[in-house]
Amino acid sequence: MTSVTPDSFSSAPPEVSSLGPVAWMKKHLFSDWFNSLLTIIIVSLLGLGAYRFLTWAFITAQWVVIPNNLGLFMTGTYPSDLYVRIWALLAIMCALAGVSWGVLSRNLSTLFSRNVLIGIGVICAFIILFPATRPSALKLLPMVAIVAGMAAAGRALGRQFPGIGKWVSLSWFLSYFVALWLIGGGLGLTNVSTNDWGGLVLTLFTAVSGIALCFPLGIVLALGRRSALPVVRWLSTAYIEIVRGVPLVAFLFMGQVMIPLFLPEGARPDRVLRAIIALSLFSAAYLAENVRAGLQAVPRGQREAAMSLGLNTPMTLGLIILPQALKIAIPAIVGQFISLFQDTTLLAIVGLAELLGIGRSILANPNYLGRYAEVYLFLGVIYWIFCYAMSLGSRKIEEKLNTER
Amino acid sequence: MVSDSGGEKMSLKAMLRDERFWKIAFQVITLLVVIGIFSFLISNLNRNLAQQGNAFGFGFITNPAGFSIGESAIEYRPNDPYWRALMVGLSNTLTLVASGIVFTTILGISAGVASFSNNWLLYKLSRVYVGLVRNVPLLLQLFFWYFAIYGTLPRPENQIDFLGLSYLNNRGVYIPWPSSAGLALLGIASTIAAAVAAFYLWQWRTKLRIETGSGGQAQLIALGILALVLILILTVGMNWQVPEAVERGGVTGGLRLSREFVASLSALVFYTSAFVAEIVRAGIQSVSKGQWEAARSLGLNPGLVMRLVVFPQAMRVIIPPMNSEYMNLTKNSSLAFAVAFPEIYSVANTTYNQTGRPVEVFLILMATYLLICLVITLVMNQLNRAVQFKER
Repeated sequence: MTSVTPDSFSSAPPEVSSLGPVAWMKKHLFSDWFNSLLTIIIVSLLGLGAYRFLTWAFITAQWVVIPNNLGLFMTGTYPSDLYVRIWALLAIMCALAGVSWGVLSRNLSTLFSRNVLIGIGVICAFIILFPATRPSALKLLPMVAIVAGMAAAGRALGRQFPGIGKWVSLSWFLSYFVALWLIGGGLGLTNVSTNDWGGLVLTLFTAVSGIALCFPLGIVLALGRRSALPVVRWLSTAYIEIVRGVPLVAFLFMGQVMIPLFLPEGARPDRVLRAIIALSLFSAAYLAENVRAGLQAVPRGQREAAMSLGLNTPMTLGLIILPQALKIAIPAIVGQFISLFQDTTLLAIVGLAELLGIGRSILANPNYLGRYAEVYLFLGVIYWIFCYAMSLGSRKIEEKLNTER
Repeated sequence: MVSDSGGEKMSLKAMLRDERFWKIAFQVITLLVVIGIFSFLISNLNRNLAQQGNAFGFGFITNPAGFSIGESAIEYRPNDPYWRALMVGLSNTLTLVASGIVFTTILGISAGVASFSNNWLLYKLSRVYVGLVRNVPLLLQLFFWYFAIYGTLPRPENQIDFLGLSYLNNRGVYIPWPSSAGLALLGIASTIAAAVAAFYLWQWRTKLRIETGSGGQAQLIALGILALVLILILTVGMNWQVPEAVERGGVTGGLRLSREFVASLSALVFYTSAFVAEIVRAGIQSVSKGQWEAARSLGLNPGLVMRLVVFPQAMRVIIPPMNSEYMNLTKNSSLAFAVAFPEIYSVANTTYNQTGRPVEVFLILMATYLLICLVITLVMNQLNRAVQFKER
């Protein structure tokens, strides 16, 4: 054993730290006349932009449109006396997220490191100080507590029972149906028609459903395209290429119109369901291409070795090829999931009141006429947070699964 | 007798164990299932369409359309047939896509190269741009451009004036333009032709200089003449019309780019360029470090290293994914419909609303986009072949 752990090894920065601020600026901003000119131009443009933006944000902008409609942004026209169900759902999600965090970091020496504590503090301060969240601060703060508490519990459990990871995955799977039940009602709860689903809840629901449906379909299509059986290969290829040739908006719009036409009389799936079907059928074709790239990257020898061990085709694929291929394809797959999440905005065009759709209907309200920049910036921040979190997560998974270091 | 039935059992068992049998059986089953699903769907479709009284057929495209289109590159009147309306939509889509591809290429490559700048500010700017724009949905960005940026420009009465050459107001952008469409096409065509000719002339000159070690003056003079002719064509031959402000606000002459078009173009270009920038960055990163070092030690300055050594090698990695970005841009151009730019999808949607023929309209749309994407792929494949490794 050497005394140097990889951690302390990588945390030692190169000699940059020895550079003083003036020397640093000379090296990175004013190394020659061209660089200096560039720096001056960029700084003046950025300064002008920042000045214009700040005067707008603090003087011209009327941010009242955000807190006044926060309920609409989050849940659409969901009946407000049933908001408690959404809160319960959020609590379940927070608990599950906390447990997963705890289980995943069971081998870390401290769960609440300084950075994490700072992060929790910032979130709490934001909830208390940010005007839009203040009315619900009493409900949001316990959520943070749930995450932290469940993380500690999850870590303890994870240390006690190393095999608990499977159960966490299973509970995530089950939570989907709990969410469906809590949002939609039935089995003792009041029914809420899908016409009243909306806002961020609908966006997340369609995105998660779309991801859950398109993933297996995409893998099947990718395997089909790589198959040695000509019929399967032709069919998969035709599907993938045709779907990839059509813009999503056409697919969604026509999906709303044509899915009922293709079904027997009277069978008219719900419009949220139709949107989810169209979205997953569309994304599956793109996902298939990402998975195919992963499949192609698995060396041929792996398959031959598996075959020579006597595994049949399904076992070779399931146990040897797919795990490696999916691992390689993770960045591309998550990228596809991010674009699926972004694509849910197109549901606004086909008349669903998801986050962007509800934003548009709020803007149509005469009280908030012309508040475009405020609303769209707010929505942009929400979308950005989710997409950025997804890409951050993919990078973490990638690091965790990287066995070749 | 016993052995006979045993043999039959054995052969059945053997057949079940034989992979060849399963391969064929699996394909037959798949085919049957797919055919079954299709015939079920199509019989439903036929019955449903028959109930609506619209048997499948493309006869409707010669009927008069009866709706007007806000802007069109080709001549169109409301009582022209549907196919003419669709052609107008197609021309608008092509305009949007072509200008989108040009600007995306420029902005995307600049942003990608900027992430290798040794200016810290430029590097950060490029990274922030990519991280910000890629994580916000295109449709939201489109609405932002359309309503929050171009929508808040001043009214025509106090429009923004650029040196009396261009005007900017909340109805659109006004730029100088050749007096007729034919002249504009001629200008674009001669620019492209001159660029191609200059490229080959330069290659010829380089080859000559490599082989003989001198010469090349004739080619240089030819290049100069070429440039002179092009400049003459572009300045004098085009009969430029400069937009002029009218007394009580508004603009005459020049080319009006509608607010819908400009907003769609801006959103498409900014969104797609962020992806292109990442592709370019990955491509440049894929060039091995030794290439940089070797070129530097030959005495080339960083700009020349990028232009002569690194970028040509990165092109091999960049072009295939660029193809799919261009196709994404083409398909995403259909979102311009959300801000009422009359591109092909928007026209097709109106056509569907008036005729009630979703299947036919969908097929036309599919064929159109497939065709555009096919053309892009063909061009990009040619380009790809040109930059591949030339091995002995």
